Order: sequence, then C-alpha cells, then structure tokens
Amino acid sequence: MEVLTNLINGMSLGSVYAIIALGYTMVYGIAKMLNFAHGDVIMVGAYICFCAVSYLGLPAIAGVALSVVGCTVLGIVVERLAYKPLRNAPSLNVLITAIGVSYFLQNAALLIMGSDPKSFSSIISLPALNLFDGALTISATAVLTILACVAIMVALTMFTGKTKMGKAMRACSEDRDAAQLMGINVNSTISMVFAIGSGLAAIAGVLMCLAYPTLMPTTGSMPGIKAFTAAVLGGIGSIPGAALGGILLGVIEIFARAYISTQIADAVVFAVLIVILLIRPAGLLGKPVNEKV
Amino acid sequence: MGIKTLKPQTRSTIITYAIVVGAFVLVTILDGLGLISHSLSGQLVPICAYVSLAVSLNLVVGVSGELSLGHAGFMSVGAFTGVVVAGCMARAGVENGILLFVGAAVVGAIAAGVIGFLVGIPVMRLRGDYLAIVTLAFGEIIKNLLNIFYVGVDDAGLHFSLTDSASLGMSKGTILINGPKGAVGIEKVSTFFIGIVLVLVTVAVVLNLMHSRDGRAIMAVRDNRIAAESIGINTTKYRLMAFTVASALAGAAGVLYAMNYSTIVPSQFDFNQSILILVYVVLGGMGNISGSIISAAFLTVLPEVLRPINNYRMLLYAIVLILVMVVPHTKIYQRIADALRRRFRKGDFDDAPVAEAVAEEGGEAHE
Repeated sequence: MEVLTNLINGMSLGSVYAIIALGYTMVYGIAKMLNFAHGDVIMVGAYICFCAVSYLGLPAIAGVALSVVGCTVLGIVVERLAYKPLRNAPSLNVLITAIGVSYFLQNAALLIMGSDPKSFSSIISLPALNLFDGALTISATAVLTILACVAIMVALTMFTGKTKMGKAMRACSEDRDAAQLMGINVNSTISMVFAIGSGLAAIAGVLMCLAYPTLMPTTGSMPGIKAFTAAVLGGIGSIPGAALGGILLGVIEIFARAYISTQIADAVVFAVLIVILLIRPAGLLGKPVNEKV
Repeated sequence: MGIKTLKPQTRSTIITYAIVVGAFVLVTILDGLGLISHSLSGQLVPICAYVSLAVSLNLVVGVSGELSLGHAGFMSVGAFTGVVVAGCMARAGVENGILLFVGAAVVGAIAAGVIGFLVGIPVMRLRGDYLAIVTLAFGEIIKNLLNIFYVGVDDAGLHFSLTDSASLGMSKGTILINGPKGAVGIEKVSTFFIGIVLVLVTVAVVLNLMHSRDGRAIMAVRDNRIAAESIGINTTKYRLMAFTVASALAGAAGVLYAMNYSTIVPSQFDFNQSILILVYVVLGGMGNISGSIISAAFLTVLPEVLRPINNYRMLLYAIVLILVMVVPHTKIYQRIADALRRRFRKGDFDDAPVAEAVAEEGGEAHE
C-alpha cells in the first residue's frame, strides 16, 4: 500500500508539473523562447489567492478565480512590454529578458509581501480520504490536483484541435510567416498563448501550495525549473508530451525521495532526464527535426 | 606604427589586455589614495572571479555557440577540489599563499576540466535548447552530490564519505568538506593581484584558442555545422574542446572565488549562479571578450553601488537588465541611433556596415 500512496502522491506532484509545463511548452511552440519567468508567475498566482482569502475574506473558489484573472493579465502585460519588442532579436536576448522579468517578479513580491514564509494551509485545507478501512490514505488535495490536470489537458486539447483560435496557434507554431500571410494576427495569437499559460500557472500555484503550504517569493523557481525539465522530457512544443513528462517526473521524484534519499532526489530526476534525452534526443513525444542545408 | 595600422584582430587583443591591466593599475592607485570603500574592496576578488567565469563561458556560448546553463557546476567542482588540495598542502606545511593558490587552482582546473570532458561527451550529442537543459541538469546534479559529500584529512591521508562526517573514521584530522555545510576553514589566500593574474591567464587562453586554427574550426562549426562537417572538420571534437577548456577555466575561477571566503556551501553554486554568468556574457556581447570583462565587472559592482537604496536595488537591477535588452530593439532607439550614425560617421563608412552584417548573421546562427 505504501507503493500505491507514493504513486498517487507522485502523480499529484506530477500533475502540478504538467500544468506548469503546459505553459512552457505552448510558449516555446509559438514564440520559440524559453520563458524563465514562468515559474515566478506560479508564485504570483499563489500570493494573489493567499491575499484574496486571508486579507479580503473571499471564499477559496473566488480567490482561485481572482488569481487566474490576475496572472492572465500579468502574462499579457509582460509579453507586451518585455517580449514583444524582441520578436526578431536573437533568442538569447529574449532569454535574458525573461530572466530579468523573473528577478523583477521575485523582488517585487519580496518588497510587497516580505521575506517571511506564509502558510497556505491556514486559508485552504482539505481533509484526507481513508480507503480500505484506513489501509490507504489519500489526501483530497492529491485527488483534486490529478482531476484538475486531466480536465485542463482535455480542455486544452479540444481548444487547440477544434477552435479557430487553436488552429491559429498551431499555424503560428508551424510557420509564423506563412500564418501571417494567411491573415492570422500573429501578435494577438502570441498574447493569447501567454494569457492561457499564465492562467494555468495560477492554478498550478494554488494546487502546489495546497500540497506544499510554504509560500515565499522564491517558491516558484524550483518547480519552474522542474516543469521546464518535464516539458523537455516530453518533447518541447508538444502538449501531450508536457503532461506525460510532468507526471513521469513527479512520480520519479517521489519514488526517489521515498526509496533512495531525500537529499539526492533531484539528482536522480535530472539523471533520468539526461538518460532519456540521450536515447531520444527530441524528448519522448517530440518530433525529430531534420536539418536542411 | 600607430594602433590604427595594426590588424583589427591584434588591435582588439591589445585593447582587451589593456583594459585588464589598466583596471588593475587604476584600482591600485585609487586604493593607495584611500578612495576605495570597504565594501567595494571586498568585491575585488569576486569581480576577478566573475570576469574569468564570463570570459570562459563566452568560449562556450559566444565562440562555440552552445547555450550552457550549468557553468556554476564546473565552478563548484574547481572550488571544492581546490579547497581540499589547499587543505592538504597547508597540513603538509606549505605557508606561502601564492604557492597554495597555484597548487589549488591547477588541480581544481584539471578536476573541472575532466568533469567537463566527461559531461561533454553525452552533452555534445544534443543541440540547441536540449543541450541547454542537459547542462542545467548536470549543474543541479553536481550541486546535489556535493551536498552529501564529506572529505577529511588526517595523518593517514584523505578520507571520503557519502553519509556523514562521523563515518570519515578520522582520529585527529580536520574536516575539509562537510556535506550541506560546505567547505569550512578555507585558507583565505585570494588577493586582487592573484585575481588579476588569473583573469589575464584566462583571457590569454581564450584569445589564443580563438585565434588559432582550432579556434577557427570551432567558429566554423558554430556558423554552419553542416558546411563545416563537409570540409572535414570533426564537429564533436571541436565543440567538446571548447566545452572542456571552458570548464577547466571555470574550475580555476571557482578556486579563486572559494579562497576569498572562509566558508562556501554547495547551494551557492546553483542554477541562479549559472544564469548570472550567462547574463554577463550576453550583455557584453557574444564572442566579445572585452565586452564580457566590462559587463561582468560592471554588473558585479552595480548592486554594491545601489546599496544606499537597499530594498529596491535588486528590483532596479532587474529593470536595468530588461531595459538593456529591450531598448535597442525599440523603434525610437533605432531611429535615434540611425540619425546619430548619419551625423557623426560621414565618410567613415569603410568597415562599419560590413561588421554589422556579420554580427547580425552571427546572432541568427544561434537561434
């Protein structure tokens, strides 16, 4: 039963990674940039929810809604101010700008909220579920997280597959210039992707803080890196890949913590990533790109 | 013979060395006059370390064209190896600071170079952002492993352990590396003079490599891998060469950095540290060595200068970083720059447009 508990915890953590990785992978697919500030949007989302519930006294669900709206706006504003002028600049310049945005968000949060950790469990806490006469204990948070991840995945697949906007997104990530010639507004499509990615990051932030309730200005950076790893593991640019990579990474991390050592769990996760990339250099579900001369 | 008649390459090399030596002379004079504040003089050795790191990373990112996000990992390998070597030498009775440093730096650089070579073999099978993520992963793995690494020395020699300091099995020895608590009791021998010498050595190695036949092969691989391969250049060999040399130089810089403090911990050498070095390289200009030197020095000093507005300094740092990247790409800036160029560069159009075109192509090749 211990294995099963670990598996469920791993899938729950993996679901959070998957939701964050979706943001990375979509932005990479369309704008071809590594958005290193994405991890910090998670932190902002969690802080908005925390403030809404503990200072404004709103119900938890309203807090989540508010944080999704807040992060969506943040994503659009950041894209418009910092990334849009660099549309045709070398990709490393965009990377450094994203790092600048990441520093900015972290330090702004530090100034506004202070450096002392906030406890998320004081505002929202869910009971644990006992199954099989107490032989198996699952936290309701884990179940909620996995369900949320599945729902988001289904919705996003439908959105990119069936709607006109989704089609525009796929066209832009395939060939931006050709999409523009077909009458697609590339700028608003990219804004849309940032909006969706940031909104998802807000949800991921709240879900993550339900499971690991310490909230600090640097809370988002490590999950951000792990989710980025997950996106690459699954094949960056691929939506099912992000989900698969995220869940795989979460499960490996929890198992490494439980059966190997808590101190080197991260090392195990990254070692698995390296091994997989050596076998499949474009990630698990990524398409290998042939180079043309 | 005036400086204008030299080959552009020789000219830029001379200017690069002149910047370093000039900075050393200037700082020494200002220090003699008592014009350097205490907090700034404490920053002199870290500045040298960061300059060396930026120059060595530029070899990978700018010259070889691979995005590496794990440079701090090699820095830490050098730092911790160097600390162990210096600890052993001090125990053996070596007291001369320069001798201690040279021993530590040489062994640290070799260790980091070997690790860089071993890491490089699998890494060089990948390309672009996949290569970047694997270097990031190696950096994190090195940091994690150092967290469970214990080294002590006594009369019987070195003792290693991966569990805790008690299981080192020493009777009357000193603990050199103490797991997550890091390296303790480091010999603080780093000085500004040693730092400047290390910077000069790093710059000399990188510039000589760049201007050699091997360096041209490395740059050919960067600019067009397939074309380079078709004229018989072994692409993996040259990429690996740049990566290994850069790792070894980062190791030496790590020794300089570590021996400026009495304690260092593995968590100092994390992803953020790697990113910091990358920022210096990009801001200074890819493949531009003097640019790396200036931007590393400037950006290390900047937070110190901003200390009076303590709470807001990192926020301001972030804004400066974003503006420096974004402003040159805004329409207003380009219009002003064009107007200025037309006004002041009349009749001096001999080489400027060509240089720009080359720089642009180089930038595109990295995408």
